[in-house]
Amino acid sequence: MPAQTTDSSARYGLAALRRASWLNLGIVAAAVAGTAGAFAYAGGWIAPHRLSQGRIIDRFEQVNGQHPGFRRNHAKGLCFAGWFDGNGAGERLSKAAVFRAERTPVFGRFALAGGQPYQADMAATVRSMAVNFALTDGEIWRTGMNNIPVFPVRDAAGFYDQLAASKPDPATGKPDPARMAEFLAAHPETGRALTLIKAQPPTTGFADASYNSLNAFRFVAASGASTPVRWSMVADDPLQAAQPANSGSADPNRLFDALESRVERGPVRWHLLVTVGQPGDPTNDATVPWPADRERLDVGVLTVKSVQGEAQGDCRDVNFDPLILPDGIAPSDDPLLSARSAAYSESFTRRSGEPKSPSAVQLSSSQLSSNAEGAPR
Amino acid sequence: MTSPITTSPTLFPAVSRLLHWLMAAMILAMLFIGIGMVTSPDWYHWLLSVHRPLGAAILVLAALRLLNRQLNPPPPLPRDMPFPLRVMAHLSHIVLYGLMLGVPLAGWGALSAGGYPIVLYGSIHLPPILPHSAALYTALHLAHEILALLLFATFLAHLGAALAHALVFRDGVFGSMASLKAAAPPDPASGVGGD
Repeated sequence: MPAQTTDSSARYGLAALRRASWLNLGIVAAAVAGTAGAFAYAGGWIAPHRLSQGRIIDRFEQVNGQHPGFRRNHAKGLCFAGWFDGNGAGERLSKAAVFRAERTPVFGRFALAGGQPYQADMAATVRSMAVNFALTDGEIWRTGMNNIPVFPVRDAAGFYDQLAASKPDPATGKPDPARMAEFLAAHPETGRALTLIKAQPPTTGFADASYNSLNAFRFVAASGASTPVRWSMVADDPLQAAQPANSGSADPNRLFDALESRVERGPVRWHLLVTVGQPGDPTNDATVPWPADRERLDVGVLTVKSVQGEAQGDCRDVNFDPLILPDGIAPSDDPLLSARSAAYSESFTRRSGEPKSPSAVQLSSSQLSSNAEGAPR
Repeated sequence: MTSPITTSPTLFPAVSRLLHWLMAAMILAMLFIGIGMVTSPDWYHWLLSVHRPLGAAILVLAALRLLNRQLNPPPPLPRDMPFPLRVMAHLSHIVLYGLMLGVPLAGWGALSAGGYPIVLYGSIHLPPILPHSAALYTALHLAHEILALLLFATFLAHLGAALAHALVFRDGVFGSMASLKAAAPPDPASGVGGD
């Protein structure tokens, strides 16, 4: 045993360190420190000003204030349930099961853009429809669409800067015109997009509005052929006449309440129209519309059968990440898609861990009691 | 698989070495993909679509490796290695195996509880292993992140220890895993490998 102790201290004790060359000790230290440093760099600890999804969501919280438990954007909303009847026409372009001539169950969410969960409904506020398709083969497709023809910014940096520029000045309650002018000067694509958005006045409600994917995607057919597409949910309901300007001011939820009474009168339908892009149509810039003469393929009908408050429905604890796609629908080269996906995930993770407050939109008790799907779980 | 008691294999079995280096590359790539994913919006989707199938592969390989360890035991540590170092070596390997299984399981569980589809490639997806629950999602997402950081810390310790065996202790432990030789020649005189 004494011999082994001597041997051991020679190989493993301080003697080993003394015997080892500085070069060898340096290699060990450099390998460990270098790997740790590379990891810290990848994790953003060395360059904390890099635009991460955490910083994008931080900015939402700076602009809108803290609203724990709510989505950081499109915070005010209502759940819906229904189905999608594919008509088979979409199979020409995509192998996704949702485009077969069969029924796919859906749920989703109507919402107002913005991070204020208790904002009063206004027709000028951007409205959104998010849909979860539960495909018959077990796949999921989620899409979030807005009632504007193009998106105001083309990438995450533009979005981040626009948020800051549109932050209301505490003194006036409105965005600082100088900051907004500065932003628009730096982002001419936003000025062009806003002109297009203003040229298409919003409809009066959720049920008569059409909702657009804005970003481009690719449909992949069974043959492997890949086609650039955008899509829209086009309302079956006729346009409702605009309310007199002051009539709705008393009810802060008038758009959601109007949707609720519309659904009580019967199912609301939208046609899913797929706009087929041609070579040269921009797929990487959601601020630019495609030419108006592009083929629009009607691939089926979405039926909204019922609506539920967020606490009762299926939509609240779901991330409507635009890149949750089935086989047969693929992302385009639009840089906004990955950034949206990342930011939605961060918003979802933060709000999942926060206590929930009641949503601003509460349905009348008659609807709740008469609707089995809306029963509290 | 069995060798005379008087001689010890100085090398890990070839299949163990293959699994070790394959998983070393996969896990190191995975740790960088994971940390890069949460800080790079532009690369998020691409990294995430590699993250899920790679995580599933690591989970399967870690289970296979645990089985292989029973069938092809590692060579014993050098007889003269001091007790505290032996304890650290054994404990760090228990932690490594636990994390190789635990990190992907927590990730799978978090996606399940978050109501996400668990897509591996194309239409191939895994079933959820937990019910949809925001509270469960929060707990498992946090566990996934903490355990992954712990795995990276353990990896650094493992890397440092492996290089110390090679360059400072010079006791043959590093060579017992880093050899390209197909079989282990018996060598009762020398100190033998650890794991």
